[in-house]
Amino acid sequence: MTNIERPTSASEVAAVATPSTSLGALKRPVASTGWKSWLFTVDHKKLGIMYSAAALFFFIVGGLEAVLIRLQLAAPNGKILNADLYNQMFTMHATTMVFLFVMPMAAGLANYFIPLQIGARDVAFPRINAFSFWAFLFGGIFLNLAWFLGGAADGGWFMYAPNSGPVFSPSHGVDFWALGLQITGIASLAGAVNLITTVLNMRAPGMKLMRMPIFTWMQLVVQFLLLFAVPVITVALFLLSFQRNFGATFFDVSAGADPLLWQHLFWIFGHPEVYILILPSFGVISEVLPVFSRKPLFGYPFVVFSGAAIGFVGWGVWAHHMFASGLGPVSVAVFSISTMAIAVPTGVKIVNWTMTIWGGKLQFTVAMKFAVGLIVLFTIGGLSGVTHSVAPSDTQQTDTYYIVAHFHYVLFGGAIFGLFSGFYYWWPKVFGKLLNEKLGTWNFWMMVIGMNMTFGPMHILGLQGQPRRMYQWTEARAGEGFFNFGFWNMFASIGSLVLTTGVLLFLINIVITARNGKVSPLDPWDARSLEWMTTNPPKEHNFDSIPTISHLDEFFHRKYEEDANGQMVKVKTAEQVLKELEDNADAHIHMPSPSYWPIVLAAGLPVIAFGMIYSIPIAIFGGVIVLFGCYGWAIEPSTAPDDDFDPPATTKDVVHVG
Amino acid sequence: MWFTLAEHAVLTADSHADSHGGAHTSTGLSNNKLGMWLFLGSECLLFGGLISTYMLYRGRVGEGPRPSQVFDIPFTSVSSFVLLMSSLTMVLAVSAAHKGDDRNTYLWTTITALLGATFVGGQVYEFTAFYNEGMGFTTSLFSSSFYVLTGFHGVHVTVGIIMLMSIVGIMKRSKVPGSKSETVEMIGLYWHFVDVVWIIIFTLIYLIPA
Repeated sequence: MTNIERPTSASEVAAVATPSTSLGALKRPVASTGWKSWLFTVDHKKLGIMYSAAALFFFIVGGLEAVLIRLQLAAPNGKILNADLYNQMFTMHATTMVFLFVMPMAAGLANYFIPLQIGARDVAFPRINAFSFWAFLFGGIFLNLAWFLGGAADGGWFMYAPNSGPVFSPSHGVDFWALGLQITGIASLAGAVNLITTVLNMRAPGMKLMRMPIFTWMQLVVQFLLLFAVPVITVALFLLSFQRNFGATFFDVSAGADPLLWQHLFWIFGHPEVYILILPSFGVISEVLPVFSRKPLFGYPFVVFSGAAIGFVGWGVWAHHMFASGLGPVSVAVFSISTMAIAVPTGVKIVNWTMTIWGGKLQFTVAMKFAVGLIVLFTIGGLSGVTHSVAPSDTQQTDTYYIVAHFHYVLFGGAIFGLFSGFYYWWPKVFGKLLNEKLGTWNFWMMVIGMNMTFGPMHILGLQGQPRRMYQWTEARAGEGFFNFGFWNMFASIGSLVLTTGVLLFLINIVITARNGKVSPLDPWDARSLEWMTTNPPKEHNFDSIPTISHLDEFFHRKYEEDANGQMVKVKTAEQVLKELEDNADAHIHMPSPSYWPIVLAAGLPVIAFGMIYSIPIAIFGGVIVLFGCYGWAIEPSTAPDDDFDPPATTKDVVHVG
Repeated sequence: MWFTLAEHAVLTADSHADSHGGAHTSTGLSNNKLGMWLFLGSECLLFGGLISTYMLYRGRVGEGPRPSQVFDIPFTSVSSFVLLMSSLTMVLAVSAAHKGDDRNTYLWTTITALLGATFVGGQVYEFTAFYNEGMGFTTSLFSSSFYVLTGFHGVHVTVGIIMLMSIVGIMKRSKVPGSKSETVEMIGLYWHFVDVVWIIIFTLIYLIPA
């Protein structure tokens, strides 16, 4: 626990304190430095960093899988992967990018910035937060274990029946996939409960809902989507596991089952999932664009409500993934129209962003470049999306590369560009150093060019009739003329290497910045929202005193005031604003205490899952770990009271224990 | 199954632990209660998915028995009644906890757990009887989806019983971190939710003929 008494000395002295075991089964972890301080932390900032670091690792894994796919398809009769390995490669590429990169990366940003943006010192349930992270990490590792144990999942990321059944997928890959996603699903669900409670309940005084930064708003919508979407995929995955392991026939047509059941369950989860992936990035660029345009966000309430509208309508469009499955004309018409309708709130957002930068004093930092990149590339992807809502047209495009082109424009050009914008914008906040802007500019342009080279031609390939998930193409099928399959496939593969170089430049930038990056000033971008109203990186307790909020863009309004001519002029520096907070520092700040239980509990889950596949006794052993974790957790107070320390931490000394 | 178990345990356990619960929240509702309500909202979709699956498949009996051939509606009505009564005793437990009356809290909590156990016992008996009448898990789509739906509900009740017994044990050893009455109330919320779900399941499975 961190128990900070003020005023004492300027520097916080770490004193040794030994927590007693009176209230928990294990002694509390006390390390404040070193690996133990990370393993048992419940600090939302450390967890945010760990989430992002793990997600970045999976991004590299998923990226390498993508490069292998492109190398295989570069020329006719590709020999790099065999058919079986190719199936595993595209399945795991998608699964990794969706569940192990974009979702946890957004969760990492949410973890780090939501409490800072709403003026809180931590999330509502710090230990559940730690548990979410570990469950995600162990689930992700578990998913990928299949590579080494007989082959990964190979039914495509939406795992349609009968491809998911034992006949077409005899290895344990699909079992690892189903159970691994259950574990990451638990992580998402626990995270959703936690973050919604945090946003609704932990806001600083005066932080009304309509004064919350947009990033927090969009994350709130995302967490509600997760809360209601995850249980649906949970049901689907259970049914799949029972079919594969216990002989049920839920998706077996020969036994009279309806294969569309899986498709419905999957896409009722799967379509909200699309918005789960994109809305965090919308939130990021809604923070970035106003800062670098030196203007407030245009139509803040419209951006908020269009985000919420996307969240609602997102539940009514799932069957547009199933137009080719013979749903019948009424369903097709309804879902066609609702899909066209959901383009409206998205369009509202794009108009708002454009109006935000319209007439602004633009500063093209790398963060701003990525944000503008998102607007352009996402709009392209959005437009091809609207073409899919037209069912007759979609029937032609289903299962072709046109679809692949579409979702890479919205997910790479949209979600990932937004995340990169966030990296460059928030890096100084998290690490106190500015990422190199020059290298960042190279990073940006390589990614823009690479992504357009890779995914742009896929529109053409798709319209020329190249099917998805085809492990080889032959000269005979390449078509006529110069711009045939052969040309565009080679072009796209070269593009994927350019794209890889772009991402590599980002990784190099991280290393260079860590070694000798420029130390960031307190307020490098002249930012607007609350997370900048503290040190870089923030103190463990975020704010010395909890600020009282009286404006949207509170930090901006503390720095700027209107002069006689109605112009906003700077009246205070960020340092002065921070000084005011520090001068009124709270005397007692109780932070949640580190705990062993989150990681213990999370470690039990993959053991159970492993046992479900191989041997029930192992699963029982995992269950015992989980039960042990639950009881330890239940009787341990989340915040250690003063008398949980030996000697009791009631003196005036600054006790700093983790 | 392990999945739901872990989930409940984590949520209610953190609620056991957070001593600063409802002190200064923006909504006035304590973090623990808000968290529990959100979790139960999520559970609605879990049961929604399972119920949809059952409704789709309840007529597909293949070679196996039809629902009307195996269901013993009077028996299940009695066990349903027992489960509903447990909601009443749960209310009495929460009320006692709010009054700080430990003795009656233990008493009613234990009775609630026993009533819940009676229900689960009835379910085990029912499953055994169905199995003996030739309705195994893999017999037909109807049987699989029936066992999955009622099984998931049974696991939820079992988790509730474990939580009820645990809270009695933890309270007796004075090891409840945070507010005792709120912890009991949280388990109560969960318990009532599971009961309400049973009313829906009982109506759809047993009372409305396929």
